[in-house]
Amino acid sequence: MTHVDPGLWTTIADTVAAVFLLAGAFLTLGAGVGLLRFPSLLARMHTVTKPQVLGLILLLTALALRVRSWSAVGMLVLVVAFQLVTSPVAAHMVGRAGFRTGKVDPDDLRPNEFGEPD
Amino acid sequence: MMLAAVMAAAVLVAVAALLALVRVERGPSMLDRAVALDTLTVTLVCAIAIEAIWSRRTETIPILVALSMVGFVGSVTMARFAGKEPEDEGRVRTPEEVAAQARAADVPRGEQRDGVRAIDAEDDAESAGGAQR
Amino acid sequence: MSPQSRRPAHQLRRLGSQWHALALLTLIWVLLWGDLSWANVIAGAVIAVAVVTMFPLPAIDMHGTVRPWPAVVLGARFVADLFVASFEVAWKAIRPGPVPHGAIVAVRLRNPEDAYLTITAVMSSLVPGSLVVEARRSTGVVYLHVLDIDGSGGPEAVRRDTLALEERVLRAFASNTVLARCGLVPGDAGTALDAGSTPPSGRGEGDA
Repeated sequence: MTHVDPGLWTTIADTVAAVFLLAGAFLTLGAGVGLLRFPSLLARMHTVTKPQVLGLILLLTALALRVRSWSAVGMLVLVVAFQLVTSPVAAHMVGRAGFRTGKVDPDDLRPNEFGEPD
Repeated sequence: MMLAAVMAAAVLVAVAALLALVRVERGPSMLDRAVALDTLTVTLVCAIAIEAIWSRRTETIPILVALSMVGFVGSVTMARFAGKEPEDEGRVRTPEEVAAQARAADVPRGEQRDGVRAIDAEDDAESAGGAQR
Repeated sequence: MSPQSRRPAHQLRRLGSQWHALALLTLIWVLLWGDLSWANVIAGAVIAVAVVTMFPLPAIDMHGTVRPWPAVVLGARFVADLFVASFEVAWKAIRPGPVPHGAIVAVRLRNPEDAYLTITAVMSSLVPGSLVVEARRSTGVVYLHVLDIDGSGGPEAVRRDTLALEERVLRAFASNTVLARCGLVPGDAGTALDAGSTPPSGRGEGDA
């Protein structure tokens, strides 16, 4: 544990970091619960693209507020960028593969506009 | 205060990892497991981040970068192998698209069907828009 | 690979036209190392050139421009929506009671060009309660899975939200030709502030 001068800004940054930390952990938990509770593959994909990504972003923001070094912030920005770009791609590919191979029950989807002439 | 927040966050993330693990076990399909493993990777990243938040250390951040880069590869790979392309997926492509495809093709791709090429094209557009490669 | 593209001059021109990618890859390299030094920048540039030469990608049609103010609007709305959508999904997962039922909604985007279709699809996966299941590049129709169709206000509301998102994307990045073709003439809502200050760099090239 590195020693940091306990100044006002440190206290403020730490408080904000604690809030972000809890919010991020809550969202990650939401992703886990959704993963277990949502009934269909497509519904579960939503947890991967939304709460999981923002939860990670909030946790990393908290980390940036705690360490406050530019090189660390650069790498964390990179992590966030990768998450933002890759998780929709992964979710889309998994969702599409599941949809095309019949792992999704079309009767669950009301309305289901797929395949309608447009 | 920080101790309490870190403890609470660690518990929440640990529960999330457990739930993801249950989903990995239940399945039912390969894709469900892939998604759950993806989530498990992210909870691992979260756990490492929480530890770094507690100890204010920066040495573990490269681990986060590496995990976040490769975390999605698993589910994309599985999706690609699990996803059979339906036979009627044929789609007329414009001459420009075909020409761009031919220019990009380093390996013969005669065997692949249209859907696979469409995935390639999406990947390309993706990497130009973001920072994947 | 055609024999022409092996010629050094052609390759150089190709590299020059890909300076965005080179700059981006160099930036990633510098961020990975975590400090800005000449050694890092030069090494990153060398690696970027190697990557771009060894793994050539087809050019994408993006003759757009970047309008600062609409881009800020897009980014701010994106962050706000990301918060709302994430907490909504997390709450729907955690709250007791029945889980919501989903639906698939077809949305025909105004502009089926690859780059804008991709940006809109990625962003709509991240923000409103939707997930792209299929995308038809030929017609520009995106099939979205909606987690909670009743909570989202029905298919029409989803279509409206997605089209509004696409409008923000187009306003931020598309050329004036595309905007005019899509019926979003620059000058009204959102672009008024910089309509005179940003020269349309991609005029006349928008038709793919």
